[in-house]
Formats: sequence, structure tokens, C-alpha cells
Amino acid sequence: MRGRAGRVLLAAVPAVFLGLFFLYPLASILGSVIGDVSPGTVLGDARLRGVIWFTTWQAVVSTALTLAAGLPAAYLVARFLFPGRSVLRVATLVAFVLPTVVVGAAFAGSRPSLAALFAAHVFFNLAVVVRVVGGFWSQLDPAYEDVAAEMGATGVRRFTDVLLPLARPSIVGAATLVFLFTFTSFGVALLLAGPARATIEVEIFRQTSQLLNLPVAAALTLVQLAIVSALLWLTSVTESRSGVRQAVVASGDAARRARTKGERVFVAVAIPLLAIAMLAPPLRLVWRSLRTPTGLTLDRYLGLGSAREGSALPISALGAVATSLRVAFGAAVIAMVVGVIAAWVVARSRRGSWLRGLSAVPLGVSAVTVGFGYVVAFDSGALDLRGSLGLLVAAQAVVAVPFVVRMVEPVLASAGHDLAEQAAALGASPWQTARDVVLPVASRAILGAAAFAFAVALGEFGASAFVARLDSPTMPIAIVRLLSQPGAASIGRATAMSVVLMVVTAAVTVAIDRFRVGPFGRV
Amino acid sequence: VTVSAPVRALAAAVVLLVGACTGDEGASRSGRGGEPVTITLLTHDSFDVGRRVVRGFERETGIDLRIVPAGDAGQLVNRAILTAGNPEGDVLFGVDDNLFPKAVEAGVFEPYSPRALERVDDAYELDATHSVSPIDRGDVCLNVDLRWFAQRGLAPPGDIADLADGAYRGLAVVENPATSTPGLAFLLATIARFGEPAWREYWRDLRANDVLVVDGWEQAYFGEFSGAGGGDGDRPIVVSYATSPVAEVVFAEEPLDEAPTAAVTGSCYRQVEFAGVLAGTEHPDEARAVVDFLLSEPFQEDVPLRMFVYPVLDDAALPDEFVRWAAVPESPLALPPARVATEREGWVGAWTDLMFG
Repeated sequence: MRGRAGRVLLAAVPAVFLGLFFLYPLASILGSVIGDVSPGTVLGDARLRGVIWFTTWQAVVSTALTLAAGLPAAYLVARFLFPGRSVLRVATLVAFVLPTVVVGAAFAGSRPSLAALFAAHVFFNLAVVVRVVGGFWSQLDPAYEDVAAEMGATGVRRFTDVLLPLARPSIVGAATLVFLFTFTSFGVALLLAGPARATIEVEIFRQTSQLLNLPVAAALTLVQLAIVSALLWLTSVTESRSGVRQAVVASGDAARRARTKGERVFVAVAIPLLAIAMLAPPLRLVWRSLRTPTGLTLDRYLGLGSAREGSALPISALGAVATSLRVAFGAAVIAMVVGVIAAWVVARSRRGSWLRGLSAVPLGVSAVTVGFGYVVAFDSGALDLRGSLGLLVAAQAVVAVPFVVRMVEPVLASAGHDLAEQAAALGASPWQTARDVVLPVASRAILGAAAFAFAVALGEFGASAFVARLDSPTMPIAIVRLLSQPGAASIGRATAMSVVLMVVTAAVTVAIDRFRVGPFGRV
Repeated sequence: VTVSAPVRALAAAVVLLVGACTGDEGASRSGRGGEPVTITLLTHDSFDVGRRVVRGFERETGIDLRIVPAGDAGQLVNRAILTAGNPEGDVLFGVDDNLFPKAVEAGVFEPYSPRALERVDDAYELDATHSVSPIDRGDVCLNVDLRWFAQRGLAPPGDIADLADGAYRGLAVVENPATSTPGLAFLLATIARFGEPAWREYWRDLRANDVLVVDGWEQAYFGEFSGAGGGDGDRPIVVSYATSPVAEVVFAEEPLDEAPTAAVTGSCYRQVEFAGVLAGTEHPDEARAVVDFLLSEPFQEDVPLRMFVYPVLDDAALPDEFVRWAAVPESPLALPPARVATEREGWVGAWTDLMFG
């Protein structure tokens, strides 16, 4: 009995946290305008129907392109040893966690076009395929391929007939995530889709920011929420149906050197392509931050420490870095605690799948909407937390929790399961089992998840921008504020600040890579 | 063990959460016991003011002024509408003539007419309810790259209508009125200039004349305009502000003697920014004092080089840079705010169909 009550209490932690800091603000904002929303608001408007259609098909195309580029990249990184392998692994992950304001700056100057949009989506999401599918392949016992080779299969056949079918669940999982991310694309879509096209997220932004039309924004939020929830539900159903786990895990890394001629050609072509794709945009950003009409200079970086002359509203880069680190650290700790508990409940209990769904939904809800929800929800009585740094911490934690759950849950489910049962059979209490058996096994995944949550929180902009505009902004907020100030020098400093944010993010990402865990877990 | 382990874990987590939620300094707004009252001024991301000016005000009044940038102007006003009656601050600065009718209607502001309005041109007092007071004005105008035109021996356009001329084919970049404030102002300028339904014909011509539309001002000015310092564009005509040439000089990374760009004075659309006391403030008197401060000489004379807008106060002195390089439109184009408030959505929708349909 005590164990069951404990489980319920345990499940209450993520439920209360997500309920209070995600569902409640979301319901508050939708409730405050829902009276003005009629069912026909969106579906009766041809232009808004067009927005939904564009959002869907660009996400399908982006997902297909990301898979087309990502599967060879995953194959390369997962199965082959070559110089610079870890650099490429880190580069793809850095791309994924880079804040959109930074990627925007890196891609800025290129004309908005569908091609630019797709390129940026592939750049952003390649990591999903490399990590999810590559993560699977890197643990796949080489014996599968060796047997196929002995039976005379060529390299191409081994890839199409052995590796691809075995990886199907993880490919579907990666595709689902990429679709989700590109379907809800905001910053990149706003910059690169061009003014003639809008994703649902961009349209929500236009309706709120320029037209002050919150009812339409709320209706669009509901449409997006419905589509995303349906997708998440569908994947969780198919996932539980194909729930048999293969015992394919090799001990350690399955990568080796390219051996056959075909493999060597593949590696020789794929390495430079992947390197250019992943490293060119960040390097371009660095170049832009150094280049001025009179030559290369570090002036913008040297100017970051000081505020604008005589201003009562200093934007100090060092202050922003400090604020960002502080807030992101708090968010990572909370996301880790909440996420690990949620993952634990999901992994241990057959009835925990609602929690998996709940913890995934923040991925699919407009940050702008959540931000407005915070403004409405936390404004009175005991919940008057406006302007509080803690609220900012909570908002960033909400954004990071889905990732933590996805990273930790599979490890808790598989690695810890047999051991936990043995421990229980030997008379260990649930707490002892957790503390002495399961958590140590999962510690690497948990630390990796925390670091990933930290990186996500560092770059979070959409919700943070609304929650608390403190006298000391976070880095992404400071970048946007610099962009709002007049003068080329401000733009230059914003670019330099973007590089700083990119470097900090990359440093955190290198730490994640040390833990060698997939940031998307098993999907 | 008397308390079950999961309960302790839960308790620890709650403590963590509560600690995170309450562990900051917060804003003390207590005015009792002779402590200075803190007044929160909500504003947009482009706001800036000199430290010395603020210190002077604080010394004079004993008020502690806390300035909180809250996103772009649209986000700022939306937040204020959502929290009408229970505001996040005491004073709001940065609502423009296109946005204030909706905010006033939602009961965001408490009426207040500062004495200094006597010294402000009536043309800027657009709010009949006296809920918001004009603070600054900045016109949205076509800007041209003077060197580009000089090099080619071509005269820059002198009027909005010129943009449809084949001589300027493929030379202009404008912002999307659905996503950009200057973009909206320029659309309104064309509506004010040509009227219904001729403005639609004009935009059809612009589209045929290969005008480039981008989503935001930064993208247009620094990404596409050839005259921006530090930018890398190749189009010599852009929709920007009357004061952009001044900013080019003041913020040049290398000192300049001449403005490299110029505003086309006949193309300007009036933009006025307002401030008001937020209804529900606990300190209405001090909040009014802050509005008075925004209309006082020290602030009004500081504003030009901070935000690159003009003061509204008749006798506020302009900085030399403005006198030398800024074009002052005599009678900028304008539409009544109430009409804009009701028709804007339809206009923007029609524009979207015209340009992208």
C-alpha cells in the first residue's frame, strides 16, 4: 500500500509542476479570450486555412529533407571512426540547441525563400536524426552487418536491407520529432519563409503583436495544440504496439574504420559535406561579428562589457551572461528533478502514459501564447509572481522538461528494469532500489539530460521574453534589445553577443557529449 | 523511517520550487515610513533614456523610477490590455497612434492631462478621452542612399508616387505591414496619400515594379538597404524613419562629416508615441509625476539622441545633429487613429492579397 501511495505522490510532483506552470497559464490565456472565439474563426477564413496548409506541407518537406540528409550523416557518425568525428557530433548538437535569434543572425542576409527555410530546418534538426537513429546504430551489434557481409551483401545492401529496417522505430521516432519541431517553427520561419508565408506560430505572433487580435491567436493555438496532441497520441499508440525491445545492444561503440572501397568513398564524400553544412553558418556568424567597413576588429567584443554611454538602461553583456547562467542553472535543476520523477513514473507504471503525454505537450504549444498566459495567470494574491526571477526559471524549466523525460525514460525503463526487480526480490525497499541500483545506472543519462536542459534554457526566448523583463536581461533577450536600438554599432554588438551565446551553448554541448547520451532518447 | 521516501523527495522538490519562485529581490512598492515610492515604467525594447536625466527626476521628487522593457510595442500593449485594472506597472510609455484606441477602449489607462500639454501642438493630442498624452513623434519616411544615386547620375525619388516609376524598378525595399510597425505606417501613408481605392492600384504597380517586401525593419534596413552602415544590402530605397540619416552619422563605426542617406520628406507618415497612467496603480500621484517628467524639458531634450525621435514639447531644444542632418517633414501624412483602429485589419488583409495573392 505504501508503495502505491508513494507512487501517486511521486506522480504528483511533475503533475503539479506542469499543471501550475504550463496548463494553468495556458488555460488562463485561452479562457480570457475564448468568449470571442467562434469555431469558424480559423476554419472559416481562407487565409488562415492557407496558413495551416502551408505549416503542414513545409513540415512534411522539411522532415523528408532532414531524413534524407540525416540518415547518411547518422550512418557516418555512428558506424565509422574518423578524425574529427567528435567535432561533427558536437557541431550537429550545437546547431540544435542554438537559439533562433543566433541562427537568424547566421542566416541573415540570405533572401527569404523556401530553399532558405528548408536549409535552416535541416541545419537545425539534423541532430535529431543523428542522435536518435545514429544512437541506435552506434549500439547495434556489428555481427548483424558481418553476417550479411558473409552472405555476400554489398555495403549499400547492408545499409538498405539490414540497418534501415532494424532502425525503423527510431527513424519513425526521429521523423516525428522533426515534424513536430518544423511544424511549430517560429524564429526561422519568421525570418526565412518570407512575408508571403506564415506558419501557425508566425501567424500567432502577427495576430498578437501587430493586430492585437488575441481571440484569433487563441483559436490558432487551439488548432495547433489539437494537431500536435493528435500526433503525440498516434506515436505513443504505435510505439506501445511495437513495444518489443531488441537485444541488439553491443557493449560500447560499434563504430570502426571504413574497410571496403565503397565505404571509403562514402566516408570521403560525407565528411566534408557534413562539415560544411554544420560549420559554415556558425563560422559565418563569427566572421560577421569581426568584420567592419574598415577591416577586422574585436571592438564589438571589447564593447560588450560596457553599457551604452550614459544610458539609464544599461545592456551589459557580462550581466546578461551572468543572468542567463543563473536562470538556466535553476531551470535545469528543476527540469531535472521534475523530468526524472516523471520519467520514473512513466517507466515504472503502466498507467503513467498520461504523464508522458502531458510532459511532451509543451513542445507543441506556442511560447508566445504560454508567455501571455504567464502574464494573465500569475497576477494576483499568492500567485502574484510578476517580475519574479523564479517565474522565469519556471518558464524555462517547462520548456526543458519534455527533453529530460525523453532522455531519461528509456534508460530507466530498460537498463534499470531487470536490476530493479532483482533488488526487490532480494528485499530492497523501493527507495533503496532507486538510490542504490537504478539511479546509479541512469546517472549518466540524468546528468546528460540536465546539461541538455541547461542548454535549452540558455537559448529560450519566446516564453522568457514575456515572463520577466528584468533590469538584467538574459542573453537572448539582450540580443533582441540590442537589435531594437538604433545604429549599426548596436547591430554589431548584437552579433558579437550572439557569438558569445553560441560559444557558451557549445561549451555546454561538449559537456553533454561527454556523457554520451542521446538528447532525444527513445521516441 | 517514519516518513516515506517519496514523500521526502516530494517535499524536497516543493522546497526547491518554492525557493526558486520566491528567492529574488522583487520590487518593493511600499511607500510608507518615508521610504521612496518605486514607480514602474513599462515600455518597449527600443526605449532609452539618459541616466543623469533619471537621477535628476528621482532627486527632485523622491520617486524611485524602475524602467522595465516588455517586448516590442505590440507585445507591450497586449500585456497591458490583458492586465487592465491590475497592471504590471504604474505608467506605460510607448503606445503609438495605431495601438492606443484599443488599449484605451480596454480600460488600460486612467485619464490624466498634464499641464505641459499646453506647450504641445494640438495636432499630436489625438486621444479625445485624455487617457494618454503624446510624448514624442517620429515620422516613417522613404530613405535613399545618396551615394548610390550620385554614382549613377539618377535623381532620388521625391515622392511616394515615384516608386511606381520604371526608373526605380527593383530599387525599393519595404516592410510587411502585418509584422512591422514602419511597414504598417508606410501602408497607411499610401492610403492617406492616394485614398480608397487608388492605393490598391498603387501597390499593384509597386508589385509590378519589383518592390521587395521583407518582414522586419532590421532585415530591410541592414539586410537589403545599400546605404546602411554595417549593412550589406543592394537596394538604395528603403522604408525607415525621418531620423535614420542622423543615426547613420551618430552611430557610424567611423566618424562621418556628411549623412550618407536622406529621408524623402514628402513621403513621411506621422507616428506619435504616447504615455499614460495605468488604471489600478497604487500610486496615482507619483505615476502622474512620471508622465509629467516624460513631458519635461530634461526628458524631451534627451529623447532625440536616445530613441531618434522628435520631442513634442514646442520649446524643447534639438541637438545639433538633428538640426544638421534630420529632415523635418512639414505636414506628414496621417489618418485618424479611430479609423485606423477599425479598418487596419481589413487594409492589411487586402494588402496581403494584393502583394502575395
